[in-house]
Order: sequence, then structure tokens, then C-alpha cells
Amino acid sequence: MALRQCAIYGKGGIGKSTTTQNLVSALAELGNSVMIVGCDPKADSTRLILHAKAQTTIMSLAAEAGSVEDLELEDVLKAGYRGIKCVESGGPEPGVGCAGRGVITAINFLEEEGAYDDELDFVFYDVLGDVVCGGFAMPIRENKAQEIYIVCSGEMMAMYAANNIAKGIVKYANSGSVRLAGLICNSRETAREDELISALAAKIGTTMIHFVPRDNVVQRAEIRRMTVIEYEPEHKQAQEYRDLAIKIRDNKNFVIPTPITMDELEELMMEFGIIDDVDESIIGVTAAAEATA
Amino acid sequence: MAALTKEETEALIQEVLEVYPEQARKDRAKHLAVNDQSLEKSNKCITSNRKSQPGVMTIRGCAYAGSKGVVWGPIKDMIHISHGPVGCGQYSRAGRRNYYVGTTGINTFGTMNFTSDFQEKDIVFGGDKKLAKIMNEIEELFPLNKGISIQSECPIGLIGDDIEAVAKKANKEIGKPVVPVRCEGFRGVSQSLGHHIANDAIRDWVLENRDGDESFATTPYDVAVIGDYNIGGDAWASRTLLEEMGLRVVAQWSGDGTIAEMEKTPKVKLNLIHCYRSMNYIARHMEEKYKIPWIEYNFFGPTKIAESLRKIAALFDETIQAGAEKVIAKYQSEYDAVIAKYKPRLQGKRVMLYVGGLRPRHVIGAYEDLGMEVVGTGYEFGHNDDYDRTIKEMGNATLIYDDVTGYEFEEFVKRVQPDLIGSGIKEKYIFQKMGIPFRQMHSWDYSGPYHGYDGFAIFARDMDMTLNNPCWKQVKVPWKTAESSDVAVAASA
Repeated sequence: MALRQCAIYGKGGIGKSTTTQNLVSALAELGNSVMIVGCDPKADSTRLILHAKAQTTIMSLAAEAGSVEDLELEDVLKAGYRGIKCVESGGPEPGVGCAGRGVITAINFLEEEGAYDDELDFVFYDVLGDVVCGGFAMPIRENKAQEIYIVCSGEMMAMYAANNIAKGIVKYANSGSVRLAGLICNSRETAREDELISALAAKIGTTMIHFVPRDNVVQRAEIRRMTVIEYEPEHKQAQEYRDLAIKIRDNKNFVIPTPITMDELEELMMEFGIIDDVDESIIGVTAAAEATA
Repeated sequence: MAALTKEETEALIQEVLEVYPEQARKDRAKHLAVNDQSLEKSNKCITSNRKSQPGVMTIRGCAYAGSKGVVWGPIKDMIHISHGPVGCGQYSRAGRRNYYVGTTGINTFGTMNFTSDFQEKDIVFGGDKKLAKIMNEIEELFPLNKGISIQSECPIGLIGDDIEAVAKKANKEIGKPVVPVRCEGFRGVSQSLGHHIANDAIRDWVLENRDGDESFATTPYDVAVIGDYNIGGDAWASRTLLEEMGLRVVAQWSGDGTIAEMEKTPKVKLNLIHCYRSMNYIARHMEEKYKIPWIEYNFFGPTKIAESLRKIAALFDETIQAGAEKVIAKYQSEYDAVIAKYKPRLQGKRVMLYVGGLRPRHVIGAYEDLGMEVVGTGYEFGHNDDYDRTIKEMGNATLIYDDVTGYEFEEFVKRVQPDLIGSGIKEKYIFQKMGIPFRQMHSWDYSGPYHGYDGFAIFARDMDMTLNNPCWKQVKVPWKTAESSDVAVAASA
């Protein structure tokens, strides 16, 4: 099987890292050889696989050694649960330096050092929530990830973010082979959430590939720095991640997305009662002004 | 060849513009003009200080070049850190010929390159810590430095390093001025913004340092020379004249300059501005804050020197006025001899210029003193106030070109056929290969000084030896017949 490279995007805090690690564990369980590349200076994309607080990152090792050229692949690549290969790009503390450049440097290093070997079936890039600059688009440039999965929920900001990410994909899809492969709904238990995300997916030209229900077992496993697949493999939530893994393995639905306008998105949210119809008369009016009116 | 008429010059501009695509043609048309001395304001005829067109060969520099290369770099007793990757500092090192007195590496540092030599990790993790470390190392290795400036290269602005905080901390630790300059190369349309940013840094981090300190004994004749970069010794040849007329030059910026002189400048009675373009900002600031008047002067060629000396003297008492007359009289036999020797050899020769700063207008008088005529001139990074000052210096129907492109300059030269071109190193060999005598007018072609009476003698000699060099008679294309004139050879190049 040819190597498939997938990137996971979505609003910050939506559960990208947790979903990715559970999904990757399920794929490993199915006999696939998988690598996770964390593209976030926080370096928390591999902790559940490695049972570690935070993996030592490529950029911190490079800073210590002098330059990235001084590193060997085995210095940065760690194997965890079921042999899943883990690597974190790393980057600066908030407020200094250039995290985007860190991602670019790290991914170039992995390529040059031959981290993407023939044994691998899947690579997953777990990317910082807000694609604030070109560096965080690195995983979808230059023929790296071809499949993008967007993690979202029925909350307004998560949907805005999903639509914005779709806009970013269009830019790179037109010049390369990257495609949108589906939305993963990580449930926040909002009303008619599955219908809403399915409707959004249809509007932007893709599908909701799986609906992952909310369950406390995810947090229980996380406290132990484990995935649900490893912590409680018989739990029904583990089965949900397995279903997601199988759907992704068998997925053939790769599209250039058709992101919608702000008006269309708001219309959709109104239809599902997420937001009220916009009342122009109240815009910019303070509570105090309303009280005296 | 006879001078072009107004109509011919206009037609030439149109013809040269012809090859551009429509949008570029529209833009470039605004930067090319036929001089008209009757105009008071240049904005009627020319646009300047705009972004260059993509695809053309522009001759401009960047903001870092304007700050580090021009304004700050020559301050000899400070160490100027080129903050960022190594190239900006290394490829511009010691290239500007700002002469200075001192022992390099001990108490002066003008021709050395200090850089933070950014690596990938410095971009990713930020360079502030490295910068702080460099400054400690500088203190250890070069304890006689009198201060440090931080000249930002492009990445500093992109990654948002807080160099101001590092500078403040270092200033407390080492007890010397530490000046952060935000002169990232991508800012602005040319080096001009770099001059402005550098001036603002002087205003914010240097000029106030001795406010309230009255220990410096002043005299009524204290002046500062600002905007002379001492290229080939220019400032020295200027300073002697001012001192001989009775003035006391307290500070000289920034050629052969020191941080102490900069700090004392607010105590002078008059600021004398040579390069208006790069230093007018700080002169205006001192006028506003310290009530120090300023005037522009021009020390190229005896006519302009005498004019300037008298203009400066008029702002002082009779002693100084008499002093100015004495200086002019003292050197008269010298410059008369220079003119007597070279004018017959240069009379009627036509010059085209394309330089930066003040020279596109300031050197015209020196050429005229030698009987020569400047028939085309332009600024790399001038603003409209520069062109305002140029209109009256140039003859009617001469060519004015702003941010000229390589193509335009060549085409103008082919048609105008000047006897001499004065521009930079990038232009030099193109025109020499066209068989046209050429002088570098940024570096004085490794000669100089050209300022003052002493400089005029060297200027005249250099122009003569270039223009009348026998080599030009040897520039013959073998397939041309004997009847072909030199002019035809040049035109076909």
C-alpha cells in the first residue's frame, strides 16, 4: 500500500490531538504502520502514545546541538503504543520567535533524513489550531499531506473555523494534490449536532466521515496519558475510534472543497437554531441603552 | 553634439517609455521629466519616493542600508551589530569609504563587521538571548567601545523580537548607550526610510543623553556638521574651512564621528546640513526642541563653496563674516590655478549623473566651475523636496529621472551622448563598455576628497584623467570602417 499522508486541522481546543491519537492507535491495531508528526509548539500530539508529558522536539534538540543538520533521525523519532512512530516539530515559547518556521524546518528535516520510509502506511500531521501563517500550512504544501480531515463540533466558532480551513485548502488544492477528505464531528452535545455537521459537510462538498460521541472515558484515559484504545479497549468509545479508523482507511472521497460565504454559514446556523435571525436594530446597542429605550 | 530642445527631450522620454506595458508606462512616465526652471515646485513635473516597478533594474538599496550603511555605520567609536543573518553586514562591510582616525579593533570599529549571524534556531526561538550575549561579549572583547547600535535585518521584524527591551537592559548593565534601530530591509520603498528611522533612533536614544548637563563649555561660534559621511576624507576638507573662518566644529556626523559628538550637538548654535536627504529629520527635530536653526550648504566647487561660506557667515557676527572672506581670498590663487589648468581641457563637456542623497544637485556647481554642463540628473531615493532644489540648478530642457531603470538610463545615454557619466559601481562597466568615460560618484571611484577647496583640485584632476584618458580613442570596433567616428561607436554599443 502506498503511503497516505493525512493532516488534521480544526479550531484550537476542539480535540484534534486526542482524536488523532485514538484514531492512529486504532489504525495500528488494524495492522497499519503509522507515524504522527506534531506540528504545534506545545508538543502535545504524541503524549498518549508515548505515555510521556511532552516529547523532546526536533527544534529543541536542534537548538541544543547547534543546528538541525547535527541531528540524527533516531534522536527525534520515538516509538510508542503498537510501534507508532512519534515526532514533534516543537518551537518557541508563546510570544517569541517564529513557530511557523519551526514546522517548516522540522518537516524538511524529516524528509531529508528519510523518515517517510516504505514501511509506513500512514502519516498524520496534527497541526496547531489556527493556521496563522505559511508555516502551519506546510503539511499541505509541496505534496506532503494529500488528505485533510477537519475536526469540528456543532458550536458556532468550530464551524467558522472549519469553513475557513476549507478556504485554505482550496488555495493549495488548485496548485497541488491536496484534497479535503471529510469532517470529523467531535461531539459537544449541541442540538441536532450530527445533522448540522452533515449539512455543513454537504455544503462544502464533503461528508461527515464520523460522529464521535462525547464520553468521560476519554478524559479518564488522558489522565493516564493513554488513548481509550489502550486504556479500555472493550469500551464502546474505543469502538467509535475503530469505526472512524476503518472509514478513513476505506475513504475514497477526496474533493476540492467549496467553502461557503459568511451569509450562507449564518443561514445554516439559523436553520438549526444555533444563532437567532439577525435583528439589525440591536446591533451596537449597549445593555444600558436598551434598558432606557 | 548639440543640446536637445525641450520638444526633443519630451519625445525622447516618450520613445523610451514606448516599450513598457501600459501600467508600467503610466507609472514610469511620472518619474521622468524635462526640466523647466520656471517651476517653483517639482510635483508639477515629477513623482518620487514611490515603490519601484517589478521587473526593472532599479539601483536602490533598503532601509537597513540607509541606517547601518549611511547614518549609523560611520559613528566610529560605537559597535554596530548587524542583527540577523550574516550576509547583510558582511556584503556591505567597509564598502562606503567613510574615513576615520583611530585604531580599528581597539577604539574604533568602522571597517569591522559585527553580526548576530542568525541560524535557523534563532529564527524559530527568537534572537533576544543571543543579542544580549553578544553585547556582553562585545564589552569583554572591545572594552573601549563607547556604545552599541542594533541594526535590524529583515527577520527581526518578522519574528517580533523585542530588541528595545534587550537594549534597555544592556544599557543598564554596561552603562553605555545601546540603540535599537528598527531598520528592517523590507520597510519602505528604498534606503530613504532607513535614514528616517535612523534619525528617529538618534532622537529617541542619543540626543537627550546630556540634557541638563551644563559641564560642556560652549562658545557663540559652535556649529555641527551634519550629513557629511567623510567619504575619501570629505568632512576633513570641509571642516578646515569652517574652522579657518572662526567657527568651532563641535560635532561631525556621521563621518569620522563619535557618539559623544552626537550627544553634544544639542548645545551648538547652528546645524550645518550637507546631506539634506538623509539628515533633515534630525535637524528639524533639534530646531523644534532645542531651537537650533539649521541651513543647508554645498562645498562642491569654488562658486558653491564661496556662496555657502557667506551664507553661513551671515548668521554670525562680523568676525565670522570677515573670516569667510579671508578664507575665500586665501584659497583663490589655488582654485584659480585648478580652473586655469583643467577648464581648457573640460570646457563644454556634457555630463549625466545618477546618484543618491544630495549629489545629483550638489555637484552641478563643481562641474560648471570647470566649464562643463550637467545635461541629465536623477535621484535613487530622493523625495520631491530634493527635486524642488534641483530645478533651478539644472538648465532648461535637461533630463530629470527619478529611480531610473537600467533600461531607461542606457537609452537616455545613447541619445544624449554625454562626454562623462557619474553614477555607481553597477552602472560603471555598462557605460565604459559603451565607450563612455565614467566616474563612480558614490565612492569617488576610490579617490577623494571632493569637498572643499582641497577636494575641488582632486575632483578636477579626476574628471580630466577620466574624460581625457587616451584609452577612449582605442575603443574601436574592428568591423567599423575608418570613417566611423567615436560617437558612432558609442551609439551602436
